[in-house]
Amino acid sequence: MGFADFAFYLFAITVVTAGLFVVVSRNPVHSVLWLILAFLSSAGLFVLLGAEFVAMLMIIVYVGAVAVLFLFVVMMLDVDFAELRGELAKFVPLALLIGVILLMQLALIFGVWQGAENASALRDAVTPDLNETHNTAALGQLIYTKYIYLFQASGLILLVAMIGAIVLTLRHREDIKRQDILSQIYRDPAEQMELKNVKPGQGL
Amino acid sequence: MVGLEHYLTVAAALFVIGIFGIFVNRKNVIVILMSIELMLLAVNINFVAFSSFLNDLAGQVFTLFVLTVAAAEAAIGLAILVCFFRNRGTIAVEDVNVMKG
Repeated sequence: MGFADFAFYLFAITVVTAGLFVVVSRNPVHSVLWLILAFLSSAGLFVLLGAEFVAMLMIIVYVGAVAVLFLFVVMMLDVDFAELRGELAKFVPLALLIGVILLMQLALIFGVWQGAENASALRDAVTPDLNETHNTAALGQLIYTKYIYLFQASGLILLVAMIGAIVLTLRHREDIKRQDILSQIYRDPAEQMELKNVKPGQGL
Repeated sequence: MVGLEHYLTVAAALFVIGIFGIFVNRKNVIVILMSIELMLLAVNINFVAFSSFLNDLAGQVFTLFVLTVAAAEAAIGLAILVCFFRNRGTIAVEDVNVMKG
């Protein structure tokens, strides 16, 4: 068994174990940390497959952004997770049944699965030789030429998601004091101040 | 020698774990969202594995789009979750029946 095989089995076992702990972990913070481990080891799998760019993207986007977002929300919301986990055992048999049935169906497909004969003729974008172009450069070449419209559309999706998230979570609180810059600018000294001549011994 | 089938097995196991997680954590919507991320990860592994073994870069391009959609979905989902928590004070999704759909 060479080093690549060893690395594959290491990453594969890690990703499946971490995935399992994501769903059965009692504490959601631990779930998020297991999720990060799953993403990291899947990035390792991608490196083994020769998809370096996707692997690095996986680490940057998933570990750097999505997992941190999850961590923020889990830690910021004051939720009693113990209460939510209370009836966990009630759903386990049903979930196990569905999981086993799905796994069996996938295994059934697995026995008879074979690639189409003209699969290599139907390839959309043949990978260039690694000696000519690296993975990242080849992918960039493809994204900015052939798939440019899809690429722009995915940018639009991110924009819509960003605006949507802001609109959903932004709220104007009435019970806190805010600085009203406009009224500060338009304050007139003549109206705000009054000079009174107080005579001695009389007061106002 | 590690072949395509090995990667497909890993992806299938991860996908089933994701579905299992959705059914186990029926109440905790945060873990449900994480399970969905796991399923999308399994799909990505399938895409990249086929892309690598068929020498077709289109699979990796599609992985980028799946990644984009997954990030957008997580952001929107968590925003809805925060909104829901502010209104109801809980994230139990079982009693989400305000609209009586």
